Amino acid sequence: MIWVETIIQGILLGGLYTLFAAGLSLVFGIMRLVNLAHGDLIVLAAYIILVLVSATGMNPFLAAAFAAPVLFVIGWLLQRYVLNRTLGEDILPPLLVTFGLSIVLQNVLLESFSADSQRISLGTLETASLSLGPINVGVMPLLTFASAVLVIIALNQIFYRTAIGRAFRATSDDATTASLMGIRPNRVFATATGLAMIVVTIAALYLGTRANFDPSIGPARLIYAFEAVIIGGLGSLWGTLAGGVIIGVAQTLGAAVNPEWQILAGHVAFLIVLLIRPRGLFPRGNDG
Amino acid sequence: MNAYVVSTRTPASTVFGVIALATVGLLAIAPAFAGRGLIQDLFFILTMLTLAQFWNLLAGYGGLVSVGQQAFVGMGAYALFGAVILLGLDPVLSILIAGLAALLLAIPTAFFAFRLQGAYFAIGTWVIAEVTRLSIAQWKAVGGGTGTSLPRGAVREMWGVEAIEALFDVRSSAARDILAYWLALVLAVATIVGIYWLLRTKNGLALAAVRDNTEAAKSVGVDAARMKWVVFLVSAFGTGLAGGLIYMQKARISPDAAFSVTDWTAYVIFIVVIGGIGTIEGPILGVLIFFLLQSQFADFGSWYLMILGLIGIAIMLFAPRGLWGLISERTGIQLFPIRRRLTGGKLTKKET
Repeated sequence: MIWVETIIQGILLGGLYTLFAAGLSLVFGIMRLVNLAHGDLIVLAAYIILVLVSATGMNPFLAAAFAAPVLFVIGWLLQRYVLNRTLGEDILPPLLVTFGLSIVLQNVLLESFSADSQRISLGTLETASLSLGPINVGVMPLLTFASAVLVIIALNQIFYRTAIGRAFRATSDDATTASLMGIRPNRVFATATGLAMIVVTIAALYLGTRANFDPSIGPARLIYAFEAVIIGGLGSLWGTLAGGVIIGVAQTLGAAVNPEWQILAGHVAFLIVLLIRPRGLFPRGNDG
Repeated sequence: MNAYVVSTRTPASTVFGVIALATVGLLAIAPAFAGRGLIQDLFFILTMLTLAQFWNLLAGYGGLVSVGQQAFVGMGAYALFGAVILLGLDPVLSILIAGLAALLLAIPTAFFAFRLQGAYFAIGTWVIAEVTRLSIAQWKAVGGGTGTSLPRGAVREMWGVEAIEALFDVRSSAARDILAYWLALVLAVATIVGIYWLLRTKNGLALAAVRDNTEAAKSVGVDAARMKWVVFLVSAFGTGLAGGLIYMQKARISPDAAFSVTDWTAYVIFIVVIGGIGTIEGPILGVLIFFLLQSQFADFGSWYLMILGLIGIAIMLFAPRGLWGLISERTGIQLFPIRRRLTGGKLTKKET
């Protein structure tokens, strides 16, 4: 029974990793942009929510709703005026620019908020749990997982049912032809990053309420997010969810055997999946 | 005589060759007149230069953008500590073991990472570095997660230290720094000469062809996969040697420090990018700028890192070929010319 419980905990943890990864997956899928600052952007969003909560005393969920448009604008401007300039055949410019951005963000946060670890308080909700038969499950992990599934459904709906989603897919397939049809790729990319930043806000809400955070934890979260995206396959949002769950389950199983093996087990699971399927579990079409 | 001559030498490179020889000669005798602080600074510059040249070989020439080079620094460093502590070998000899250990790690790494393309490759190398760090942290004989120090006896009886003590009339600790410095100088010079030689051979041409267009290179018979293996293994070996040497000088190690992505990959990438990727001159210029920035501003802590990040972003956006790229575009000077030019014969000046 302990194993069933461990696996359920792992699946729910996978929800958190899916939230970290969904924005990355979106941006990666549409413009092949590897954003090494993604983890630090999540931490930035967590600090924005924290500031809103401690300044006004509002509920963190409400604060996230206020923070989301701010982050959308940050993402839009970042993509429009900085990251768009780095897109192209060569993968080095986006990697290096976002890497530089990651270092800048970490140190701006360090100067502004010090290295002390912080937490967004949710009161009694933090420790509340539900009994599902013989197994107790925390309400927060359940909420996280439900949010992850909802985010994936919502992104898929946007992707396949709306005009902007059509523009995303068209630009992703062939930016030149799409621009002949009146689409401006630069703006489409900016909107995509803005949308990703809304997902980042949701991820930040759960990151900040479920565990302590400080300015330096971005890159560690980034690596889990990348693993989830790559396991899932480029451009497949459901694949990202599967990837997140695989990392989550591997980590909790590893931790159950030996607490020191938690992180290692997640990485090893990633390596094994890639050895068997170098392009991930659900690669889309003919993308490299 | 109307014979054509293929040459790579330029007047600037000839002058530079003479200056370079003189500089290396001066650096070799530096311990005779330089203080211990300067020797340590030069050690730092030379080891970072070595790491930067190998990353540049990987990313700038091989097109393999790795963010996992700290795996080889850490592996080399730990192999050195393992050889000294567990096998009782001399630290200087153990530097070779450091290189070999990194090479051994590079074989499975390459087998795995070469299945991945572009950005996936970068992330894959990073994950492997993390796996190596977490695994080494389980190795209790060399201190596990908290790390360990080189045994005093082994450090004191290191090869050559006594001779240096007698030669310069210095204390043992200063003599060890001088020994490490000389080894770093040999390693850095051998690295630059070796990479320059490699780029001027047939393999260097193949490498440049693969970098510029893999498919086109394959179509004229270049074995692209083999070239990538060669570059990756050579870089891992050199990075491992440098890692071993760096930690032989530090004499104290921990997994977090030896596998630090900031120290051994981020700074190295910064050096290469700011100096000019895809050139041998770039990392040399880059390491000097990096050292100046660090010695002037490191006290400002997070502000310093912020500025470093901003400079990196600005260079990548506005001068992607780096500072050396700007200089050589304006002046046409190449200190390590690789391009083959036809001279002599009936060719007029214009045609060359």
